[in-house]
Amino acid sequence: MKKAERKNKLNKFFGSLGNGIIGFFDIPLGGLQKIFGLKGVPYVFVLPNLLIFGIFILFPMLLNFVYAFTGGAEFLPFSRSYVGIANFDRIFSCENYLNPNSCTEDLFWRAAQNTVVFVIVQVSLMVLVSLITALILNRNIKGRGFFRSVFFYPCLLSPIVVGLIWKWILQENGVLNGVIVGLGFEKLPFLVEANWARFWVIMVSVWASMGFYTLILLAGLQSIPSELYEASSIDGASKGRAFINITLPLLMPTMVVVIVLSLIRAVQVFEIIFAFTGGGPGTATMYMVQFIYRYGFSSPNKQFGVAAAASLLMAGVLVVLTLMQLAARREEAY
Amino acid sequence: MNQILEFLTRRRGRKKLDWSDFLSYSYLMLGVLVMFGPVIWLILSSFKTPLEITKFPPRFFPYSQETVELEGYDEPLQLFEVTMEDGSTQVLAQIRRIGLEAQMIDPKDPGEIIKVDISQREPIEKIDFGLDNYITGVRSFNFGRYLWNSIIVTVTATLLTLLVNSMAAFALAKYKFSGRQTIFLVMISTLMVPLSVVLVPIFLVITKVGWNNNLLGIIVPVAATPTGVFLLRQYMLTIPDELIAAARIDGASEWRIYSQIILPLTKPALAVLAIFSVMWRWNDFLWPLIVMSRSEFFTLQVGLASFQGELNVQWNLILAMTVLTLLPITVIFAILQRNITTGIATTGLK
Repeated sequence: MKKAERKNKLNKFFGSLGNGIIGFFDIPLGGLQKIFGLKGVPYVFVLPNLLIFGIFILFPMLLNFVYAFTGGAEFLPFSRSYVGIANFDRIFSCENYLNPNSCTEDLFWRAAQNTVVFVIVQVSLMVLVSLITALILNRNIKGRGFFRSVFFYPCLLSPIVVGLIWKWILQENGVLNGVIVGLGFEKLPFLVEANWARFWVIMVSVWASMGFYTLILLAGLQSIPSELYEASSIDGASKGRAFINITLPLLMPTMVVVIVLSLIRAVQVFEIIFAFTGGGPGTATMYMVQFIYRYGFSSPNKQFGVAAAASLLMAGVLVVLTLMQLAARREEAY
Repeated sequence: MNQILEFLTRRRGRKKLDWSDFLSYSYLMLGVLVMFGPVIWLILSSFKTPLEITKFPPRFFPYSQETVELEGYDEPLQLFEVTMEDGSTQVLAQIRRIGLEAQMIDPKDPGEIIKVDISQREPIEKIDFGLDNYITGVRSFNFGRYLWNSIIVTVTATLLTLLVNSMAAFALAKYKFSGRQTIFLVMISTLMVPLSVVLVPIFLVITKVGWNNNLLGIIVPVAATPTGVFLLRQYMLTIPDELIAAARIDGASEWRIYSQIILPLTKPALAVLAIFSVMWRWNDFLWPLIVMSRSEFFTLQVGLASFQGELNVQWNLILAMTVLTLLPITVIFAILQRNITTGIATTGLK
């Protein structure tokens, strides 16, 4: 009783706070309606959003084209000189695309290669682990809510915190090496050796967001009507067959959404790496966004043109992925 | 293979536990360990002394050496268990150490100085969750300032997000006006093209507006999230138009309709968006990183990242500050976890 009362009070407080803020706008906006009439009202409502959106999202996106096709070290777009596709040319001037050393912008190709490998491995692992977890949570499990929250908890942590936690665990004298030495083996160079570092970047990023995809897949599984399974077991189908013929096809649309969402996010991996490996050792875990950040912000001789050109290439990939997702969503709706 | 599939597809409603349940629960237990373990290890480590933290292999709990305060000595003296020449052991307090020899006294009989070879003594330790790291950390890390910035940004950005997005969603859901389709399409098309691909021009825009090193620079630009508009619009579409028509006949202004009818009915969706907005803004890193260059405007995340990048900063302080950074969101999650997980499951939003 008491709890409900308190909740009610809290609700009332926030309710009246909200009303106060909103009531504040009542008079001027009512006036606006008198001036513009009913026709103008929707424009007044979308205006704040459109302004912010236009200035801070849409406009920069268009500006990016200006940067991509101009050269020089100038920061202001109008004092930059038009260079046509020179920035792209520079990125693509390469004897052999598989060997970054033969390219003018070898860093770009290293980052691109790292990103491609990372995306493929990470997304496959992510989907696999989340699917298994979702299938297990979908069984008759006691404390499902608790386990669901457990798997989701790392998703709430900020990428910086995630990076630091794992850096602490995996460092040379960290607890994992402590366990390994305790078992009688040699220390392993987790963050020092390139392939180990790549491996751990994948593991940590899966750790950090698998709970989110598990939730989505679990919701997908629970929306499959149980009558289907009952009917199939009456017809004598084995559980294995039911999985292949009922679960998989009906889960497919959700799976596609999960795959595309995780693809989009994997392509943009940056923040976890920033605190975790910093792109190292060397450039072993440097990915596309970090390349752009480096060329645009952190390196002493900034190359805004190349950074913007790389952004455009990446945006292209993301747009394709997004279209795939929209198509998948549409399919799901039918 | 078939067995594996069978195992994975069992559904509710059986009585007996069998090997597949055993496997399931083992997997889930392992999951608890893997998901919580690192955070627990972080928390335990954050209490360790600088000496303890460099120890390898590390010990599970934070220990500190027992000390004793004796008259005539300003500092508390460290206690050791000393093996005496005759083979007996005795608890002694160390006054000072010179090379391989330690000068010690018996706390019960502080008059006499006993010289002991350091190989003959073992420190006496107890498990100790001391707050030294937190206190020193907060002092050198400017935690209060970063926390304040993070709170201001999270709260105002969330309020602004809710207001601006619900207004736009209302217009897009409940009015037919020319340009509606275009606006909606443009927003949706940028739904997935993230800030990270337009870093350079966005920095220019912020500079031109004059919002570098200004909290507004990380509050306003992120307020118009297409995701939020989309979520709220979908929800508002389910509100019957008759309600609005009736209110209009009663002479309510459109703003009144929005604030008195639409907003209360959209509460569940607003709550979901509010939770997400808090998570997004609290954990934001890349945006504040490029907008802020002066440390008094750092948020917790940027502050933490730059703190760990500084030379000579010790792990024990970094870990303590990391714990403080993850604490608020963890508490919120512990309270609201059911709402958060179901919110995500139903909206597919994060």
